[in-house]
Amino acid sequence: MIVANNVHKAFGQLQVLQGIDLQVREQEVVVIIGPSGSGKSTFLRCLNLLEEPTSGVITIDGMCVTDKTSDINRIRQNVGMVFQRFNLFPHKTALENITLSPLKVKGISLQEANAIAKDLLAKVGLSDKETSYPDQLSGGQQQRVAIARALAMKPKVMLFDEPTSALDPEMVGEVLTVMKDLAREGMTMVVVTHEMGFAREVGDRVLFIDEGRVVEEGTPEQIFGNPKNERTRAFLNKIL
Amino acid sequence: MYVLEIWQEAFPVLLVGLRLTIELTILAVLFGCVIGLIVALGKMSRMPLIKIPSVIYVEFFRGSPLLVQIFLVYFGLPKLVGHPMDQFWTSVAVLSLNSGAYCAEIFRAGIQSIERGQMEAARSLGMNHIQAMRYVILPQAFKRVIPPLGNEFIAMMKDTSLVSVIGLIELTRSGQLIISTTYTAIEIWFLVAIFYIIMTVLISEFFVNRMERRLQAGDRS
Ligand SMILES: Nc1ncnc2c1ncn2[C@@H]1O[C@H](COP(=O)(O)OP(=O)(O)OP(=O)(O)O)[C@@H](O)[C@H]1O
Ligand SMILES: [Mg+2]
Repeated sequence: MIVANNVHKAFGQLQVLQGIDLQVREQEVVVIIGPSGSGKSTFLRCLNLLEEPTSGVITIDGMCVTDKTSDINRIRQNVGMVFQRFNLFPHKTALENITLSPLKVKGISLQEANAIAKDLLAKVGLSDKETSYPDQLSGGQQQRVAIARALAMKPKVMLFDEPTSALDPEMVGEVLTVMKDLAREGMTMVVVTHEMGFAREVGDRVLFIDEGRVVEEGTPEQIFGNPKNERTRAFLNKIL
Repeated sequence: MYVLEIWQEAFPVLLVGLRLTIELTILAVLFGCVIGLIVALGKMSRMPLIKIPSVIYVEFFRGSPLLVQIFLVYFGLPKLVGHPMDQFWTSVAVLSLNSGAYCAEIFRAGIQSIERGQMEAARSLGMNHIQAMRYVILPQAFKRVIPPLGNEFIAMMKDTSLVSVIGLIELTRSGQLIISTTYTAIEIWFLVAIFYIIMTVLISEFFVNRMERRLQAGDRS
């Protein structure tokens, strides 16, 4: 579903990604961990071209993201993204946040968009918040709306960039629950998170990234239970 | 009383001038907003062919005195088009171009004050740049620019007095004309000032506060 080959990204002199390879099969859930500044977000943002890789080739669902001639807006419809800071549209209600893109990008009818949005709000447990504005919602609720908003485009892949790290601890669970449900339904997911419970429960693979390189890769059991690499061990010791 | 008599006589004449002042102000700010929005987007463009003219335009109209701009257009435009131009529309043109430069900076600041995550979220949902601007960025930016636009409105209202130099009898010029026959300078200038002050208060009260409240009714971001 996702193939990334030798992805490099530099910001001026700063080499942030130094050749990352990743292949994600359909329905697979890949968890990315790594120290702050290691390039996790940058890599994720390269996958939907929010950052343009300096070099490397990325293909998603058979479409080449890094090809200059491909229609990036088309590709992005297949790639949902959930941000650390939610990034809901503050001037729109929860329902409107979800319907905006299906209406304007896909051009479906308001009736249909509303039906989809209501289904998704029910799915993330927020049916009663249709008419609430983002600032009337808790962080956890906002993030669940943001997930619903991304799902409304019926993406084939979902990218999550530390979706729970801006949340108060008591709200982390509700967001992870939604994400676990999604994984169990067979969504292909790439998740940057340090939530070990989540990684163990639904993660098929864990990637440890440091200084712009994949240092170690394996099943959650291997990485968390028996890390081979020195740096992986040091990092896990720090966060566990 | 003596002063009241002067005022009573001047009042209807000043009202005629005031009307012109109001017309000039509204037209200038209206066109200025349209120009300003386009130029603001132009200034943020990555294409040099769009960006550079936008930058020059803003620098020119913010960097030179309005009075000079008025003379320039008043004497230059007829030469350019080959026939004399209507004073009123010449004035509207200069004031609009001037206001456009200030509005452009106001819009640009407003748009750039919207956090980057909004654009990224919109783009990640498949919207193109124009859709993201139209449905996500601009609606939020418009709300933030209302107070500075209100200030621009007030500033423009006072600046319209400068077009009196090309013969338009707006509020300031009407005062001047009255004085030239009555020689009651202080009394008339005082009344003229009062007229401007009342306009300013009305603009900030009814225009700015009301608009702000109305637009904030929809959400509280
Ligand atoms: N737009 C940018 N311009 C310049 N440098 C950037 C930019 N974005 C990221 N960087 C730099 O790239 C490096 C990697 O950043 P990135 O956000 O990918 O790290 P991360 O692994 O996601 O870290 P964190 O866990 O803190 O989110 C950092 O040193 C950061 O300062
Ligand atoms: Mg990050």
